[in-house]
Amino acid sequence: MSLSIEEGEIVSVVGANGAGKTTLLKAIAGLVRPTGGAVELRGERLDRLPTHRIVERGVVRVPEGRRIFPEMTVRENLELGATPPQARRKRPESLSRVWDLFPILRERARQLAGTLSGGEQQMLAIGRGLMSLPTLLMLDEPSLGLAPMVVKEIFQTIRRINADGVTILLVEQDVMHSLGMSHRGYVLENGSIVLAGGGPELLANQHIRTAYLGI
Amino acid sequence: MLILQALLSGLLNGGIYSLVAVGLTLIFGVMRIINFAHGSLMMLGMYVSYWLFVLWGVDPYLALIASGSVLFAVGVLIEAVLVSPVLEAPEHDQLLLTLGISLVIENLALFLWKADPRTVTVPYLAVAPMVGGIMISSPRVIAFVVSLALTAVLYVFLKRTDLGKAIRAVSQDREGALTVGINMRRIYALAFGIGCACVGVAGGLVVPFYAVDPYVGGVFVITAFVVVVLGGMGNFGGALLAALIVGLAESVAAVFIPAAMKQVVMYTIFVVVLLFRPQGLFGARRA
Ligand SMILES: Nc1ncnc2c1ncn2[C@@H]1O[C@H](COP(=O)(O)OP(=O)(O)O)[C@@H](O)[C@H]1O
Ligand SMILES: [Mg+2]
Repeated sequence: MSLSIEEGEIVSVVGANGAGKTTLLKAIAGLVRPTGGAVELRGERLDRLPTHRIVERGVVRVPEGRRIFPEMTVRENLELGATPPQARRKRPESLSRVWDLFPILRERARQLAGTLSGGEQQMLAIGRGLMSLPTLLMLDEPSLGLAPMVVKEIFQTIRRINADGVTILLVEQDVMHSLGMSHRGYVLENGSIVLAGGGPELLANQHIRTAYLGI
Repeated sequence: MLILQALLSGLLNGGIYSLVAVGLTLIFGVMRIINFAHGSLMMLGMYVSYWLFVLWGVDPYLALIASGSVLFAVGVLIEAVLVSPVLEAPEHDQLLLTLGISLVIENLALFLWKADPRTVTVPYLAVAPMVGGIMISSPRVIAFVVSLALTAVLYVFLKRTDLGKAIRAVSQDREGALTVGINMRRIYALAFGIGCACVGVAGGLVVPFYAVDPYVGGVFVITAFVVVVLGGMGNFGGALLAALIVGLAESVAAVFIPAAMKQVVMYTIFVVVLLFRPQGLFGARRA
């Protein structure tokens, strides 16, 4: 498959359960290694770097299932997001940026992360990702299992993050929402890209309408 | 009086168990690997202290720094060269590896230092004051105090420092830790090194009152395994409490039944607890 992302864009990758979306993000982040091909960031090969070096280069993933640290406080989770050295130096600034985006997290700063609601945990996972100072933020199904109201809030925040200059790679099963807010999109089926195009343009595509939107 | 004496020595033993078990539980919590070489590493720590004393007359408590550092280095080396390649391997492969390491260390010790038990006599520790009819063995008290103090220092390190939090993050969610850019290899080496340093210091602490031989580690480590499981695998605070409980139970039982049976008591508690609380007394809450 071939996929490219320009700086400042929101790109979404949609596809059914098992299509390979998570695997794609893990391959970019270095958690699984591609058997062939290359992952490049501004011309530099990422696919041979250890995972922490990839994060240091600003390629940050918010994993499916959030993967927060349940027995640490909200604040400690966020501080751990600032593990790369350059992110560590900006920790106070990044923290106030996250408090700003998610006021609820500030209220819950001293609470154990495992006691948060699903929506709050997702916000924490995104906040933790921002603490790593991403240039590319990859979100894996941020809407999974959340109430529609919360989903709306999360998507709004993602747009705000993008407006602040962070490039977004969004992986979703919620085709309508994600393509609707994306500059471009890719459709993944059985590990291959079957369609690519502008977000709204894909929404109008007949295959997508019948296969994913049921219209 | 007998009971009081037993309670005291049980508590003191419990302190040592805690330091041995905390190292084991840290390694398990972070790396999900059971280090069967823990006992032979303790034995190495004991020999470091023994030889420093015999060859250069180094005070055993000064030698703790050496046992701790040597074992830290040995731990980091073992992790980098032997353990890290099997971290993704099936459990029985890991088990064979750590058992193998243990056999190699034991036989090396047997070859170099023979099987004779060796003891260290420290003049200023020989006096055992009696308080209200109870004999207080000073090296055991020192071992207890130092063990608990080190366990506390380690606890604060894990709870409060950035590096300690990174170690706990790995034990709470490995993928989460990769996600935030934690350097896994560094954390694994560090956790393994710290775990080995703990048991090395524990070894150094028992040298003034316990004879060293190449198989001595087994005595302490079997107990430490029981403690780790009772405390909840990977649970730091659980290991500390379970160590004190096991120490007490073992020595109080020894008042009523022949000394040779005391292991039976320990395993009975172990089996009963696991029947009713398989996650250990305090649950497998991770660090
Ligand atoms: N490009 C690919 N080639 C071969 N197998 C793949 C590929 N992408 C994903 N898979 C396999 O498909 C399964 C589901 O992938 P996953 O990434 O979890 O899907 P999704 O996140 O879209 O639900 C996994 O077992 C994965 O190993
Ligand atoms: Mg997925």
